[in-house]
Amino acid sequence: MPKRTDIKKIMLIGSGPIIIGQACEFDYSGTQALKALKEEGYQVVLVNSNPATIMTDPDLADQTYIEPIEPDTVARIIAREKPDALLPTLGGQTGLNTAVALSENGVLEKHGVELIGASLPVIQKAESRELFRKAMENIGLKVPKSGIARNMDEARQWTKSIAFPIIIRPAYTLGGTGGGIAYNLEDLEEKAAYGLSCSMTNEIMLEESVLGWKEFELEVMRDKNDNCVIICSIENLDPMGVHTGDSITVAPSQTLTDREYQAMRNASLDIMREIGVETGGSNVQFAVNPENGEMVVIEMNPRVSRSSALASKATGFPIAKIAAKLAVGYTLDEIPNDITRETMASFEPTIDYCVVKIPRFTFEKFPGSQDLLGTSMKSVGETMAIGRTCKEALQKGLRSLETGHIGLTTVLSPGKPDLEDIRSRLRFPHSLRIFTLHEAFMAGMEIQELYALTSIDPWFLRQIQDLVQMEKELRTFSLEHSLSPENPYLRPVLTEAKTLGFGDRHLARIWKKDEAFVRNLRRELGIEPTYYLVDTCAGEFEAYTPYFYSTYEKSREVFPRQARKIMILGGGPNRIGQGIEFDYCCVHAAYALREMGLCSIMVNSNPETVSTDYDTSDFLYFEPLTFEDVMNIIEFEKPEGVIVQFGGQTPLNLAVPLLQAGVPIIGTSPDSIDRAEDRERFQALINKLGLLQPANGTARSIEEARIIAADIGYPVVVRPSYVLGGRAMEIVYDEEHLITYFKNHVVVAPEHPILLDKFLEGAIEVDVDALSDGNDTYVAGIMEHIEEAGVHSGDSACVIPPHTIEQDIIRDIEAQTLSLARELFVVGLINIQFAIKDGRVYLLEVNPRASRTVPFVSKATSVPLAKLATRVMMGGKLKDLDPWSMRKQGYFSVKEAVLPFGRYPGVDVLLGPEMKSTGEVMGIDYGMGLAFMKGQMGAGQMLPEKGCICISVTEKDKSDCLEPARIFHEMGFSIKATRGTAAFLQENGIPAQVVNKVYEGRPNIIDHIKNKEIDLLINTSSGKKTKHDSSSLRQAAVLYRIPYTTTMAAARAMASALYERAGRGLQVHSMQEYYNNAG
Amino acid sequence: MRALLALEDGTWFEGRSFTGMGEASGEVIFNTGMTGYQEILTDPSYIGQMVCMTYPLMGNYGVNSEDVESEKVQVAGFITRECCRIPSNWRATQSLPDYLRGHKIMGVEGVDTRALTTHIRKFGAMRGVMSTTETDPGKLAGKAQQLPRMEGLNLAEKAGCSRPFAWTEWGPVQADLNQDGSYDWPGIGPKILVYDYGIKWNILRLLKAQGLEILVVPWDFGFEQACRVQPHGVFLSNGPGDPAVMTKSIQIISRLLEKFPVAGICLGHQLLGLAMGGTSFKLKFGHHGMNHPVKDLSTGKIEISSQNHGFCVNIEHLDYLEQTHINLNDNTLEGFRHKSKPLMAIQYHPEAASGPHDSRYFFSRYREMVQA
Repeated sequence: MPKRTDIKKIMLIGSGPIIIGQACEFDYSGTQALKALKEEGYQVVLVNSNPATIMTDPDLADQTYIEPIEPDTVARIIAREKPDALLPTLGGQTGLNTAVALSENGVLEKHGVELIGASLPVIQKAESRELFRKAMENIGLKVPKSGIARNMDEARQWTKSIAFPIIIRPAYTLGGTGGGIAYNLEDLEEKAAYGLSCSMTNEIMLEESVLGWKEFELEVMRDKNDNCVIICSIENLDPMGVHTGDSITVAPSQTLTDREYQAMRNASLDIMREIGVETGGSNVQFAVNPENGEMVVIEMNPRVSRSSALASKATGFPIAKIAAKLAVGYTLDEIPNDITRETMASFEPTIDYCVVKIPRFTFEKFPGSQDLLGTSMKSVGETMAIGRTCKEALQKGLRSLETGHIGLTTVLSPGKPDLEDIRSRLRFPHSLRIFTLHEAFMAGMEIQELYALTSIDPWFLRQIQDLVQMEKELRTFSLEHSLSPENPYLRPVLTEAKTLGFGDRHLARIWKKDEAFVRNLRRELGIEPTYYLVDTCAGEFEAYTPYFYSTYEKSREVFPRQARKIMILGGGPNRIGQGIEFDYCCVHAAYALREMGLCSIMVNSNPETVSTDYDTSDFLYFEPLTFEDVMNIIEFEKPEGVIVQFGGQTPLNLAVPLLQAGVPIIGTSPDSIDRAEDRERFQALINKLGLLQPANGTARSIEEARIIAADIGYPVVVRPSYVLGGRAMEIVYDEEHLITYFKNHVVVAPEHPILLDKFLEGAIEVDVDALSDGNDTYVAGIMEHIEEAGVHSGDSACVIPPHTIEQDIIRDIEAQTLSLARELFVVGLINIQFAIKDGRVYLLEVNPRASRTVPFVSKATSVPLAKLATRVMMGGKLKDLDPWSMRKQGYFSVKEAVLPFGRYPGVDVLLGPEMKSTGEVMGIDYGMGLAFMKGQMGAGQMLPEKGCICISVTEKDKSDCLEPARIFHEMGFSIKATRGTAAFLQENGIPAQVVNKVYEGRPNIIDHIKNKEIDLLINTSSGKKTKHDSSSLRQAAVLYRIPYTTTMAAARAMASALYERAGRGLQVHSMQEYYNNAG
Repeated sequence: MRALLALEDGTWFEGRSFTGMGEASGEVIFNTGMTGYQEILTDPSYIGQMVCMTYPLMGNYGVNSEDVESEKVQVAGFITRECCRIPSNWRATQSLPDYLRGHKIMGVEGVDTRALTTHIRKFGAMRGVMSTTETDPGKLAGKAQQLPRMEGLNLAEKAGCSRPFAWTEWGPVQADLNQDGSYDWPGIGPKILVYDYGIKWNILRLLKAQGLEILVVPWDFGFEQACRVQPHGVFLSNGPGDPAVMTKSIQIISRLLEKFPVAGICLGHQLLGLAMGGTSFKLKFGHHGMNHPVKDLSTGKIEISSQNHGFCVNIEHLDYLEQTHINLNDNTLEGFRHKSKPLMAIQYHPEAASGPHDSRYFFSRYREMVQA
């Protein structure tokens, strides 16, 4: 039976902003689904608040709503659009939860909207712990024992039936906050009590621990005729106890016999049927006792998940696309497999390589957070690598991480290794444990001991040990043999090392040579990689998908096509500061090349992305973004040009080495990029153009720093010169603080100077994205920041068009942009940051490349910047492309950052010059206040309609808080304020009730938050000390999900937002409407 | 230890023996299963074949005493990318290299198995020799050309048992027929006579699980002999080789199906097809994997199946037979039944081992057919 004809219009809900645990994999799945539904002729209505997604490109869906994903807003959209069906299973947990809410509150029924893919009872059965447990018992499967406790007595009671260690999971907290593991009664007293206090509902679940058990995951698909297939099995290197998103995982499963694997397969199919998932993809997680094979079910997701994206990339099977087609009535045997073209989707992919996924962490961004992995996910991105063996894939994966690791290796300290220290670092899982294992093997520790310490399966430990063994052999070899190509013993050793995935840089370090030496040696000996196909069928059928990975095998099966080819270097694993926005640009580059009739070659290592979808580009190389790996592909494919300016810092770092190797970099020259990045060359540039910059200096010692700071005057922004993305950047208010900064952060060395800039307090920051063809420049977007200077541009909200900046200043900014673009011979995109203070425009930073805001500006103005930039790089002229004529306006677009503080308990949530956000949302409306409010809502801050507003601001902010406070008061909000603020408000005729600060006795402000007596918190602070005092307050706001702001600018915007909403109410419009109605 | 594998067309591959010195020869085929190497190694259908596993990492979970499909390793040789020396699994009793050495079967690793697989896909399964002693690929390929071809080989006679045995909960037990050729069936369930052309034990395990009594007999157990043991049904097993040359078996089967309900799996399916008047032909590179979709035409449902066959039968011209299953990859015949008689056959492996358990209903259908 083919597709359903009784439904015409389908609504799809995306997953919103990128947050930990929900990243760009849902753009990948949503985009696939959208295309599949369009291909079938359905009208599609999309809701997603994340502008950096491909799926929100207005040419994909029929109606694209960039609106907050929350039930009320989505209900409004449903009321306008009247879709026939809602497909809830492709937008992550956010999409699913929203669909559940709309189903439960009757909105879907009222408007006659059918849930397709998974019905409400199915979702409830899979998501509710209790219903799920019963369902599993029905089909004879085991789940870990668990119980709910609402107080300490109940918690103690459960210890009689649940054995220690016990996992404590508080209900309804942000991402597992307050959870933990109790090893004994004493632990339980502490951790259960903490869990209860963290839970909004005073409820915790106590669960039997299966810590240390082997962990597996199966990806299942089912169609409406009950045909089920397994797409992929995944085995975790990190055993139970580490969130699967934080685990290194391997596909397919490695240590299960067929009997055991089939038992798991049967269980997965039984679960699909029992839960009743009608169509689509699900994933099921199992734990297996390594002692006796006892299997328990951990959980199932009745939707496409992060693992589905991984399974899709690992096997080549497009899970999301197929899930969408199944949802509209197709069966698996009716959908062709694009890859083989001969076969249908009803088969189980089999692979002839090994896939390793490695999470990427950013603990260094959150001082105060402990690098300890547990049941709450902490990683912000991941990388995937494909190799013919697990060892090869592991090495490739580790060098893809871009955390400075060149493979599985560590820098060993001289002298006898401290085994006790190594043991202590192995006992608990942390982000660097794989490297600690390397150290342990280097120190001669044995598998048995490491197994006892880590519970990592001996098979995985053996893989690591084999690599360490090879490293030792390589060291010995260089001591005993010459590393000359004439040495006949060298070839087999080098071949073996390459086969095991050792990178050139890794070998260079082992042999104390440089990378070029190893590369030349290798090429002289003819040891070069070959490219093999990802084909879903292990070579059994001819495959047509241009999806490749490198390996050091002996045969050749891929031959470069003779065509005009352009290579796009992707962004690698997501991290804070480099995420989906750059993938968006890379995807657009591929699209633009296709439109121009050119072949695109995509290189990337991030499985969550749209760029690594096999039909995004003409050729996809799933490879690490290192010089070696990229250069190998370039030599193999010989592209006409390479685009480095779209993938963020990752490809940019490769620009100069590639250029030096004779690679044609297209677009802005790497030299121009260097002119903008190198401090001294940049200053020369500014001087040449006669532009203004905040006073600054470079210090090579603390003494120099003190002199410079005194000279330019506090406050100053300090940062080390050798880090990027705002790492260790701080605003320093006095000399004492400067000294502390040096103590905490700085390795003072002449080669690593410290940069000091005058901090323009209270300035308005502006971000500009522009497009240039070397001759003409199009100023695409001027974004006015809502927070004042000092907050990293990635973390601050901004608005297009600027709403407070005067026209002549805007003209000045435009003129400066034009002159910078011309001076740097920008061909492509350029991003510039300015600060405006006292009517003067200061230049802060110039980046001649795609910026994080390109997708936002593109969506806000309806000008596809990345596509146009690609055309310009290929020789197109702006005069002909005419972006000026495409521009839409007449509404406000606000970008708001989304922060991961809930994941890092104990970390202050204050914003600063170091970027901390994981994602962003866009709010769009005809009024500035409402656009801002939609941004807030999209980011999860539901601004109250009535109730109590609590204000606690610093001395200098007091006068600024008057205007918003007056608005709140006039709108009928009650106001609570800390002593000083309250006095000031009362003096100015605004009634305010005094509340105690935390140290002023109880009940204090936090008690009011906990009692839900506060609906919005406005809290600013300056200087280290007050910051520390108020950090517990802000953390409480995060924990209890009270909307809050830490800047006066945002407080003002919130006030006007509430005011506008009270006037006009919230309305929703699709992007297509904004564009059509625009001037 | 360096080893070479040469194919009859002169193509050769380099690898390392992980079972010591030696030489092995046979038809080189590939299997795309990612698990189940022990079941494959002990599957008598692989007699005379050297199996190349497309999944590169073998031996990870070692071997154990339970996951065997016959009493010994049956393949002629084993080819993989990387073989694990120290396994990790709670049931493992031995490593894969030790196991193969113990059974004197040569195993080679370090082979570019994808290159070998795609070569076979393009040019068909072919004869090959692998050796640690012969270092000249040309000479090795010459040896491969000297090997007998699979077509026309009656391997089933070699693969099956030579004396009757009964299948019990504990495995095979020698069965003694009475003087007059009758048999004292031990249990009370329906009595099944199983022709052994190289049967996989899991078929017997699953028949037993249906409550059937099982007597396994050699391929040449005659029609009169069969009548004397008075079974309720006959079952034709899987096995290696070309069905077309097994004329004597086909004759016996033609008579059996006049009198008994008969079912066959794999080679048994092919023999039954031929006995009904069908023809057989060799597939280019056969079906060897555990991910093949098969559609049950009677229910419309798809099952993912375990497959291992190089030959296929054509029954299209026989209007008294009905296709019941087809392969969704290449639309070849995967199962048929007689329109009026109790006769059914299936080309793939409902017993799996290794492979998915989607097709196990076949055994209950068989029981129902016998009991009807």
